[in-house]
Amino acid sequence: MRVLAIDTSNLVLSVAIVDEERVLAEMTTNQQKNHSIRLMDCIAELMDATGTTPEQLSGLGVAKGPGSYTGVRIGVATAKSMAWSLNLPAVGVSSLQVVAMNAVGFPGLIVPLFDARRGQVYSGAYRTEGMESVILQEKEQIILLQDWLPLLREQAKGDPILFLGEDVSLHRQAIAEGLREQARFATPAHNHPRAAHIGYLALRQLQDGGNPHELVPEYLQLAEAEAKWLAQKQEGSAKE
Amino acid sequence: MNKTYTSRYEMRVQQAYETHKQSGEPTYILGIETSCDETSASVVRDGKEVLSNVIASQADIHKRFGGVVPEVASRRHVENITLTIEEALEVAGKTLDDIHAIAVTYGPGLVGALLVGVAAAKAISLARGIPLIGVHHIAGHIYANRLVEEMNFPLIALVVSGGHTELVWMKEHGHFEILGETRDDAAGEAYDKVARALQMPYPGGPHIDRLAHEGVPNVPLPRSWLEPGSYDFSFSGLKSAVLNTLHNAAQRGESIEPANLAASFQDSVTEVLVEKTLRAVREHGAKQVLLAGGVAANRGLRERLQNRCQTEGIPLVIPPFTLCTDNAAMIAAAGFIKYEKGQFAALDLNGVPGLSLSDH
Ligand SMILES: [Zn+2]
Repeated sequence: MRVLAIDTSNLVLSVAIVDEERVLAEMTTNQQKNHSIRLMDCIAELMDATGTTPEQLSGLGVAKGPGSYTGVRIGVATAKSMAWSLNLPAVGVSSLQVVAMNAVGFPGLIVPLFDARRGQVYSGAYRTEGMESVILQEKEQIILLQDWLPLLREQAKGDPILFLGEDVSLHRQAIAEGLREQARFATPAHNHPRAAHIGYLALRQLQDGGNPHELVPEYLQLAEAEAKWLAQKQEGSAKE
Repeated sequence: MNKTYTSRYEMRVQQAYETHKQSGEPTYILGIETSCDETSASVVRDGKEVLSNVIASQADIHKRFGGVVPEVASRRHVENITLTIEEALEVAGKTLDDIHAIAVTYGPGLVGALLVGVAAAKAISLARGIPLIGVHHIAGHIYANRLVEEMNFPLIALVVSGGHTELVWMKEHGHFEILGETRDDAAGEAYDKVARALQMPYPGGPHIDRLAHEGVPNVPLPRSWLEPGSYDFSFSGLKSAVLNTLHNAAQRGESIEPANLAASFQDSVTEVLVEKTLRAVREHGAKQVLLAGGVAANRGLRERLQNRCQTEGIPLVIPPFTLCTDNAAMIAAAGFIKYEKGQFAALDLNGVPGLSLSDH
């Protein structure tokens, strides 16, 4: 099975082609957020470099969020359209889990996070499952960092807590103050998502298929206008 | 920047194009349009014959917000995009094997919304080696007319919608010169704002149009001709005049018949639109007038333009309503002109919210 894997959900752009045995190619850049311009050339280049024709692919995997709304949509729209046009399955994997995979094997809690502004983060907590995957311990959510840290301490049961992600530096001080010596930080090489991880997470899911039409982003929050509208509606029905 | 190598994709696309050109077979273009709140896909034959035109409208969703919410629109597009394209092919009785090019709107419009269609078009183009064509949304609106009647050059097109008010001169296929455009609100926008002031639901344009037919245009409102010779438009002054009229009447404890106010507003808008169009026709020796865009459904505008074109003896084309509002058939029709010239987009095609028609 040859899988094309894509991540454009945050600042990093990563594309990989993998099969069960090896990573055939991977390209990761952490430059500018012009994913719309660069993504397809990047895919075309990797396919040419590995001698992969579209017909040789057997599935697609994409980081489905959370992250930049537009970035997530570029990746998901590309993956589902490519897969649909080739009659292939496509699956989405969590953008947070992809980053957590960088620390597979870590003996403790693995916490990938992306900044979500106003003191909030997109985050979830993982533990290692052998050297093959990480499994979710505490569900992915958008949460105030100050509320997230006590939750993590509880989940960690005294184990070290490793924070991963390009945005960790923004919150490093608050994390260190909140968790003291229990907090761990990694080198930058562990912080950026790598599409090869998406490839292997996707390979597992693709065995069961994956309807491209049903592939949608995971934003972890409603659009602001929708949230306001729902709140108003609830207020209205509470008054009645 | 010079590219150092030609990708397999580029070779494949070029080969497919040459093979098809030599065959002399008809051209089937898949159109994709996601610039605002309609997800649409269509198959059009030779730029003239609509085989399918599927429109997944989000109007009901955005109604509750009183206008199109870009983030909500973008989310719906990504959910609907492949389903819409698949349905367009099914209705047309075609598969991607039959498609010679994919034409997609890449601007102007809401950037997040545009990007979904552009990403989908590029992905299918790369996966299947089908040539990619970037289409300007307004060019699409104008070419909707070709799905009804052959164009006759030189011509003048009046494009009026919720987002646009443009007067365009075309001397031949693929040539667009903007003679005038709105300096503030689009005509459709002014309609929606006035409708809101008269407490009508969004989108208010059709309500004003209906109400205007029940009233008499007896409320004095300004005509915004701008400086002599200008083909530009401006509707924000008119909108303010309507609001002031309502406000002043309320202060005096008087009431203004909404139907008369709607009729007066409509009269002012359509008079300026129609007279500037006819002046452009005379000045440029146009042989045809095209009306395009969602506001082309407006009865007041249609009737006035029809009457004036008749007295001037100039042929007028107005597409049916489904081709006036945003749809992908018009994008495929405009894309066909570029296909004929072999003007394909590269894989770095981007959504350009402020794309200008002359750069097209
Ligand atoms: Zn439009």
